[in-house]
Amino acid sequence: MEGHSEYTPKSGFARWLERRLPILSFMHGSFVSYPTPKNLNYMWVFGAILSFMLVAQIVTGVVLAMHYTAETTLAFQSVEKIMRDVNWGMFLRYAHSNGASMFFLAVYIHIFRGMYYGSYKEPREVLWILGVVIFMLMMATGFLGYVLPWGQMSFWAATVITNLFSAIPVVGTSITTWLLGGYSVDNPTLNRFFALHYLLPFIIVAVVALHVWALHVTGQNNPSGVEVKDVKKDTVPFTPYATLKDGFGIGVFLIVYAWLTFFVPNYLGHPDNYIEANPLVTPPHIVPEWYFLPFYAILRAIPNKLLGVIALFLSILITAALPWLDRSKVKSGSYRPLFRKEYWVFVAVCVGLGYLGAQPAEGAYLWFARVLSAYYFLHFLVILPLIGKWEKPEPLPDSIDASIAREETSHA
Amino acid sequence: MTKEMAVKAAEAPSRRDILYIATGSAAVVAAGAVVWPLIAQMNPDASTRALASTEVDISAIPEGQIVTVKWRGKPVFIRHRTAAEIKAAEDVPLADLPDPEPDSKRVHKPEWLVVIGVCTHLGCIPTGKEGAFNGWFCPCHGSTYDVSGRIRSGPAPSNLEVPQYAFISDNKIKIG
Repeated sequence: MEGHSEYTPKSGFARWLERRLPILSFMHGSFVSYPTPKNLNYMWVFGAILSFMLVAQIVTGVVLAMHYTAETTLAFQSVEKIMRDVNWGMFLRYAHSNGASMFFLAVYIHIFRGMYYGSYKEPREVLWILGVVIFMLMMATGFLGYVLPWGQMSFWAATVITNLFSAIPVVGTSITTWLLGGYSVDNPTLNRFFALHYLLPFIIVAVVALHVWALHVTGQNNPSGVEVKDVKKDTVPFTPYATLKDGFGIGVFLIVYAWLTFFVPNYLGHPDNYIEANPLVTPPHIVPEWYFLPFYAILRAIPNKLLGVIALFLSILITAALPWLDRSKVKSGSYRPLFRKEYWVFVAVCVGLGYLGAQPAEGAYLWFARVLSAYYFLHFLVILPLIGKWEKPEPLPDSIDASIAREETSHA
Repeated sequence: MTKEMAVKAAEAPSRRDILYIATGSAAVVAAGAVVWPLIAQMNPDASTRALASTEVDISAIPEGQIVTVKWRGKPVFIRHRTAAEIKAAEDVPLADLPDPEPDSKRVHKPEWLVVIGVCTHLGCIPTGKEGAFNGWFCPCHGSTYDVSGRIRSGPAPSNLEVPQYAFISDNKIKIG
């Protein structure tokens, strides 16, 4: 997309570098003159927040790795040592563990933003699918990291999640043994989980680069869902407009992050994880971290092992098919009266599944989980396609510029 | 196939074609040979495979009690069943079982049940003498097993596994 200003190297060094590696003009085109729709609301700051969180997790993670020992007899002790002996160790560990929660909080808002404003629609399908890939890599990384402190929850999370693969017919048990490096979760498992937990964030960085690249090819979606028609009228340059707004968003987000880290660092954790892993005792009530609860509820809702596992994986993968399931030509939920209502029902279903995932899998909880799981899939496979077919969308503004003018008159 | 390629294919293969195919094949074999160890290294190593067997003195287990021993990193339940429990296990019609297996097939001696204490659903450890069938109850996802370690309700697909074991004497068993 055509930018707002041209980069002209000012110093001799910049001119020298520009002829050899045009990185300065590339950065200028991507983060300074890059045109951003001028009607973006605060839901659009989460991309920047997520970039920030990825860096924060890598930085805190690398320094934690300098003190952590991935060996079953030492892992739990080394984490306690980080908490008590390492300079600033307690802060670094709490920042990292709560950082994971904040990362997921941001990614969920980011995903639901995309769902409301139809950011997955033509021509942003690849951008959206790359996002789903990043989300899955995040889930894998979060899970692997949770195992490392080698507490009871760590151990049993590792057991349950690796056993998901044993549901695969014929080769399932062999796959689980291969993943574990043994017949149960043990030292080889912890060792490789640490190696992979260190590796995956850098793969995420690579896929994020592709995600941002795809974003800069198609341009950002915006609350009106109408594409940019006139760069001068519809957009403003990334810097200072988006840069400052993103900076402010990150600042507000950091307040919440800092509150969690400094005031209630164990609020989202589970006390059982301060008990060292014991392969002979399963805690009476095991729950995953909050960010996995909705998927966990779907897994437990289905009374058949293989089907439960399939439903769990499908519930994530199905989001990648959204561009082809939602057939409405109108992107933004702001102009889709039926979709708008269904959207909030769907949000409530996801939150409800999250609540049920934390409850014991019995009685009424189990039945609610079944109903909501069924609704989750119906939303994607039946309701969205039908709404796209039957709904009569409200009239769209002619342009982003016109959508703002319309809003201003309605407020006047 | 384009017309040009079709014409080329009709010609006799040149030395370059043969070199191309030979190099390609060699590269595929080499890639496979390199990938194999990279994947196989994740399987259990020799020390893990060195299948340790455990001998257990069962004379100290009173009737009605369950003792857990560790074998291959997993718990094994040894249950000294009462006469009532044996009868209950034997009397269940096979049609009532999701994974039908007669009790007699699961024990060497009716009073001793030896099973691997790992829920066949997702690997949690069930707690003994709980659940509707007084066998085991898995706290993770609610599977219940009977006094023969057979799955009766819940998401687990099969019965608790019976490990390979033998009575060395009346009071001693060897697992593995």
